[in-house]
Amino acid sequence: MNEKAPPTPPQDAALDAALNRDYEHGFVTQIESELAPKGLNEDIIRLISAKKSEPEWLLEWRLAAYRRWLTMTEPRWQNVTYPPIDYQDAHYYAAPKSKKDAPKSLEEVDPELLRTYEKLGVPLHERARLAGVAVDAVFDSVSVATTYRKQLAEKGIIFGSFSEAVKEHPELVRKYLGSVVPVSDNYFAALNSAVFTDGSFVYIPKGVRCPMELSTYFRINEKNTGQFERTLIIAEEGSYVSYLEGCTAPMRDENQLHAAVVELVAHDDATIKYSTVQNWYPGDKDGKGGIYNFVTKRGKCAGRRSKISWTQVETGSAITWKYPSCLLVGDESVGEFYSVALTNHRQQADTGTKMIHIGKNTRSTIVSKGISAGHGQNAYRGQVRIQASAEGARNYSQCDSLLIGDQCGAHTFPYLEVHTPSATVEHEATTSRIGEDQLFYCRQRGLSTEDAVSMIVTGFCKQVFKELPMEFAVEATKLLGVSLEGSVG
Amino acid sequence: MSAASAPLLEIHDLHVRVEDKPILKGLTLTLRAGEMHAIMGPNGAGKSTLAHFLAGREGYVHTGGTVRYKGEDLLALAPEDRARAGVFLAFQYPVEIPGIGNQYFLRTALNAIRKSRGEEEIDAADFIALVRKKAKLVEIDDAMLKRAVNDGFSGGEKKRNEILQMAVLEPALCLLDETDSGLDIDALALVSKGVNALRDATRAFLVITHYDRLLSHLEPDFVHVLAAGRIVKSGGRELAQELEARGYGWLEGAP
Repeated sequence: MNEKAPPTPPQDAALDAALNRDYEHGFVTQIESELAPKGLNEDIIRLISAKKSEPEWLLEWRLAAYRRWLTMTEPRWQNVTYPPIDYQDAHYYAAPKSKKDAPKSLEEVDPELLRTYEKLGVPLHERARLAGVAVDAVFDSVSVATTYRKQLAEKGIIFGSFSEAVKEHPELVRKYLGSVVPVSDNYFAALNSAVFTDGSFVYIPKGVRCPMELSTYFRINEKNTGQFERTLIIAEEGSYVSYLEGCTAPMRDENQLHAAVVELVAHDDATIKYSTVQNWYPGDKDGKGGIYNFVTKRGKCAGRRSKISWTQVETGSAITWKYPSCLLVGDESVGEFYSVALTNHRQQADTGTKMIHIGKNTRSTIVSKGISAGHGQNAYRGQVRIQASAEGARNYSQCDSLLIGDQCGAHTFPYLEVHTPSATVEHEATTSRIGEDQLFYCRQRGLSTEDAVSMIVTGFCKQVFKELPMEFAVEATKLLGVSLEGSVG
Repeated sequence: MSAASAPLLEIHDLHVRVEDKPILKGLTLTLRAGEMHAIMGPNGAGKSTLAHFLAGREGYVHTGGTVRYKGEDLLALAPEDRARAGVFLAFQYPVEIPGIGNQYFLRTALNAIRKSRGEEEIDAADFIALVRKKAKLVEIDDAMLKRAVNDGFSGGEKKRNEILQMAVLEPALCLLDETDSGLDIDALALVSKGVNALRDATRAFLVITHYDRLLSHLEPDFVHVLAAGRIVKSGGRELAQELEARGYGWLEGAP
């Protein structure tokens, strides 16, 4: 049921139009927000927790994370540069003002919000139904609408905002929160744990195959609001879920910090497929503005023969710093990472994955495609660790870089650690430049330079795009076109 | 002046440099619709430069002379606009585009050309029927149409693929740059068959080659010898046979 035909190649006309667009999600919705005062301290954390009527244990968990964060220092090993972040100069809570309670149906949703989604290309009631996708739309920090709940509920699937899950399924949240990404994991994960405001929660019961792709659209809206989502997905024995995450943000001059945490847990024979198309504002041509995207994403293949597959297309953000990873604990479990990261103008990306093999006969596949254009800097950083316990483990890594122009950079940092002699590890890496030969060949057949570049890049990314659900593959291809605008003179 | 005799391509006193080195030094040549011209000549004479320059490749400096195509200044057009106007170059070394299906590439190219003429995009089913028909000519099967453009193709497959593209795009001016290089006898016959099938009164060919054997399949109307950047001798098909027998040495001294 979730078998998808490979996506058809994008239509030329669509690419053409896409190439000639400015960042089209650059607008600001006029909605009054309820803002916490600027700054970060224990009182702010208490305020967030109180606003969300959280239980005491969660407040304590946040405070412990905060105290831990205070002892940590911001990492500087990544291959990106940015001015120091003033963590006291941001609001840590913002909620769209609505009457009293969160709306229970679309009719109750602020029409201005709905128009925002329309502009974003997310007409909930139509697109959700047509595409068979349930959308849990997060506007700033509070979930405002959830569709297809009922249909999912019939199968015992829980899909909703994190805040609701805390209220309705505290035992699940308490059991799994921080079980894959501990609060002390890294600086940004600790920060997130202290101040996260909302996100998505998914629970797939034993033996259930989720009948639709679950999708969340995030959008950063409030000025100077750091956004800290928390996503937790649990797949019980023998279950299957495909989760889509797509993002856009309005145009801003201030840099906006984004530090999400995503935790996935797959039990015996369960499969989680997590796909991301990231289209946050990358800053202008000179590097002004743009989102800082410092994300911790990790999945735990806890059970035997479980599988976690990450697919990401990263075209936005001024700085991207993320390594969706897999802990392969269960014997014969499988981890996959398929990634396209594009940097144009002054964008910087340091991204990759970690595959930690613990169980016997665990397998992992890494396919990373980095595209650098303009003055973009793109680094692949990947760790494959095969522990002594992981007899017969196998890894295959392929890491390709494509350069467009001569001002950009591609860097590869593979880390291999193998502690068992029965393991097989393969690593392949290539770097190529869109050549004058290829461009001339395409133009000699009647293609414009822009179309030729789009086509060559699409071809380069095909291995990753075919892992994406169909509608995402089309969107991803368009995004590449938009993001590459002006990259060839 | 009858329509048949109107020149399709008029090259007059063409001078072209690559970096500081003059390559074409006063080349004059006229092609009319319906004609096939072959250009032979020693290595380094400027044969491939001529083909690439006409197609609009960067890296060549135009220092004198004119090139008119259908009466217009060809050199004023960008490469894609030349292609859309009907100029096709069959590459000596066709370029690989990994990840892009051969058939998809061809459809995109055809639609780009149709769009420039104000025509609608071709219907997907019509396109498949068209491609299959043309592919038969050069014995390209469905599997090869689905493979990535030239990716992992053998030398012969690449050349056949160039002829397929030419057959689908139906250009008015076909430039064949050493299309026979690297082909065995069977592949040469196949490629020649494909080229001959395209010959008609509306189309002209400029065939660059080192060997008479391609010309024995194609039977060109004119044979020219390009040496030191100019046409030093022109004749009919018999000139190619003479060159095959005697080499170029006897011509080099010619003015």
